[in-house]
Amino acid sequence: MNQFYLSSLLAVFVLALIAWLGALGLPWLFGIVLPYLAVLIFIVGVVRRIVGWSRSPVPFAIPTTAGQQKTMPWIQQAKIDNPSTTIGVVARMALEILTFRSLFRNTRMKMNGEEGRISYHLEVFLWLFALAFHYAFLTTLVRHLRFFLEPVPWCIQMLGTLDGFMKIEILYNPIQVGLPGVYLSGIVLLAAVIFLFLRRLFVANVRYISLASDYFPLFLIMGIAFTGILMRYFIKADVAAIKELTMGLVTFSPSVPAGISPLFYIHLFFVCVLLAYFPYSKLMHMGGIFLSPTRNMRTNTREARHVNPWNYPVKVHTYEAYEDEFREKMVEAGLPVEKMPAPAEAAATEEEEKE
Amino acid sequence: MADETPKPQELLDRIAYQPPAKHWMDVPVNIRKGMYCYASNPKSVEYLSMPNARPWNPLEDDWQLPENWQQILHEGFKERLEKFRSIKVFMDICVRCGACADKCHFFIGTGDPKNMPVLRAELLRSVYRNDFTALGKVLGRLNGARPMTLDVLKEWWYYLFQCTECRRCSLFCPYGIDTAEITIFGRELLNLLGLNIDWVATPVANCYRTGNHLGIQPHAFKDMLDFFVDDIEEITGLRCEQTFNEKGADILFITPSGDVFADPGTYTCMGYMMLFHYLKEKYGLKVTWSTYASEGGNFGFFTSHETMKRLNAKMYLEARRLGVKWILGGECGHMWRVINQYMDTMNGPADFLETPVNPITGTVYQNAASTKMVHISEFTADLIRHGKLELDPSRNDNKIITFHDSCNPARGMGMFEEPRYVIKSVANHFYEMPANTIREQTFCCGSGAGLNAGENMELRMAGGLPRANAVKYVHETFGVNMLACVCAIDRAALPASMEYWVPEVDVTGVTELVANALILPGEQERTMDLRSEPLPGMEEADE
Repeated sequence: MNQFYLSSLLAVFVLALIAWLGALGLPWLFGIVLPYLAVLIFIVGVVRRIVGWSRSPVPFAIPTTAGQQKTMPWIQQAKIDNPSTTIGVVARMALEILTFRSLFRNTRMKMNGEEGRISYHLEVFLWLFALAFHYAFLTTLVRHLRFFLEPVPWCIQMLGTLDGFMKIEILYNPIQVGLPGVYLSGIVLLAAVIFLFLRRLFVANVRYISLASDYFPLFLIMGIAFTGILMRYFIKADVAAIKELTMGLVTFSPSVPAGISPLFYIHLFFVCVLLAYFPYSKLMHMGGIFLSPTRNMRTNTREARHVNPWNYPVKVHTYEAYEDEFREKMVEAGLPVEKMPAPAEAAATEEEEKE
Repeated sequence: MADETPKPQELLDRIAYQPPAKHWMDVPVNIRKGMYCYASNPKSVEYLSMPNARPWNPLEDDWQLPENWQQILHEGFKERLEKFRSIKVFMDICVRCGACADKCHFFIGTGDPKNMPVLRAELLRSVYRNDFTALGKVLGRLNGARPMTLDVLKEWWYYLFQCTECRRCSLFCPYGIDTAEITIFGRELLNLLGLNIDWVATPVANCYRTGNHLGIQPHAFKDMLDFFVDDIEEITGLRCEQTFNEKGADILFITPSGDVFADPGTYTCMGYMMLFHYLKEKYGLKVTWSTYASEGGNFGFFTSHETMKRLNAKMYLEARRLGVKWILGGECGHMWRVINQYMDTMNGPADFLETPVNPITGTVYQNAASTKMVHISEFTADLIRHGKLELDPSRNDNKIITFHDSCNPARGMGMFEEPRYVIKSVANHFYEMPANTIREQTFCCGSGAGLNAGENMELRMAGGLPRANAVKYVHETFGVNMLACVCAIDRAALPASMEYWVPEVDVTGVTELVANALILPGEQERTMDLRSEPLPGMEEADE
């Protein structure tokens, strides 16, 4: 399986090399054309994918019920885990999307000893690092809006301040003197991505199921976080020039200022690749979770009829056909029948169309 | 139990959770005796007019497939992607986080990595990527894509019939990906090529013709219940005669035919009869059975959506013909998934029935207002709550009980408190199994979704391991000797699993416990329970 992560790693290195060379020779391509193209692919791709999913109907109401159903009034219903109302579904979805509720249930099975006593243990690390990863990514993303907005709104500044609250402590650290405040999100993002990668590498069953398409986005995000951190703390990039470029992009008057380091182009190119890759990959789970019928449906399935748009008539074995076949035996056993048997009746079995 | 089935310790020793060194696509499927069910009988396939009815044998190289089988599958796949959003989304969004891996009873019991839910789904996804995605076409195996070959087809068949559609994995999936949905879909595709198992295909054909899986004809159905009338008379001194196909009854009662046929389900069936007799004598409630709709279960559910609908149609057809007010359903697992989540959509609206009201207590079952079908545990719990049943729980005192939540009433319905309330009202000794093995996290019996055959005993015992292990724990800790459940497949499957893993524990339906405790008007002094075993304190009287 080495081929899967090695090929992904190699792909990311090749991408970095391409960007490095591109920065030297074709800065307008890597600074202007590709970012526009990537955003376009991202938007069109995501919309197409979601529209594609939405085009397929939901023929049956198949929510997974994870708690007590609504029943008699003296039995307490689990209104979120078994939501019979829209409010309940919204709460359930919010918990899924904002806190990864289902993943929080995760346990680890353990077989103990020769006689095979099985036990189940709380397993929070996947949940914890997955949550850390997503929130750190979100924070980083929002924080980057300061490159695309002028003046920078107070809420983005505030976020930056909060995210960089470790500033003071680290500033007193002799190694960090003179460096800007450390953004917690960037560090957490990199750490979480590395955890998720190591988990894939070292948990045998997870390694067994992992594909190149699982490693590639991890390496790519690792690359994005790594180059970002490098630029901020170690190989200082010309932030003013970068902002000139990004503001040019969002105001549709693009220009490529001089003095932007190739490292920035690598960072930017990684982001472009991630954006363009996104709609065609498992990263679409971001949109898919909203459409998952086991989570986003009400569980009042016996209370309100769910309509299947393609419900079609099927052949059924009618009672009449059934009685025709068994009438004599039924009469003999004293079972009521619709038609009393005529003498020497032919047992004609008939099948009818039924809606 | 087949002689070749390994002993429990051998089976445990065999489990290794370490996956093979080779990539899973390079590990060919090995269809092993004891792990698969026999191929469908062509007569049964033909009876339902389903495709490619012919004799075939999974162990042979040639599965007698139609020449264009790949095209049939591809088109079937495409059609269903357009009809089921669930499949389309589930094919695309799995991130292979592995949270589902050790949640499957078959993985826990076999250690076979292809029994990890994620990999079971990847068997299909790999073909989906090859046939329907651009990246899969370009990158091929690097992107987890592979073309459909005969070996892949055999792998599908083998592992889709090693899933009991219990949905435990779907509970833990951060995106709610439901392997049951994937298995249902995969089996539907396999049925396009006539690749069903006989344990599913023949009950389906039987049910279509006679109204029940076991092929019991109307007069025999009545005979069987008449036998129970005699048995109950011996125990209670009363004849609990039932009515059949009675027009104008208040309620139509439908339960799995397994309860009519085999122990210990028969005792549950006797329990229903005694309960209905009690309600008739005391409150004048008229409940009728149907010989035409004499099956609650629906093995069509394990075949295809269409087959499920064809079998399920009988419930509403019969309720309409008999002019009852609403339908009462017996203790069954997948039957309740079908009723709770499919029946109304498929064969409704049931506007010829009334919103179910318990005429004895006045309780309106608003939660069943549209489908118009109520679960016997919802019904009994309500009667007990209102003090409408005279009970002597001490008659169950020799039973130390735990409750097994059946997969479908758990994760396809959410019925947890009702049966527990009933058990605690009719018996004095009740203990729960560990929290990770009950309620929404319950484990399958290991034999659901049509896998309850004799020839796949090793698979069933392996799949039954996690459930049995939890029973063993309460058996050793609290002395539990009775495993209660509300599922006919459980009552057929768990006795074998208990005999294998925890031999001192018996299996019972909830309504059997109710009937043991139920004091029928005018009954003789009872010395025996429904199994004709002495009641607690009556052991000497029996001598």
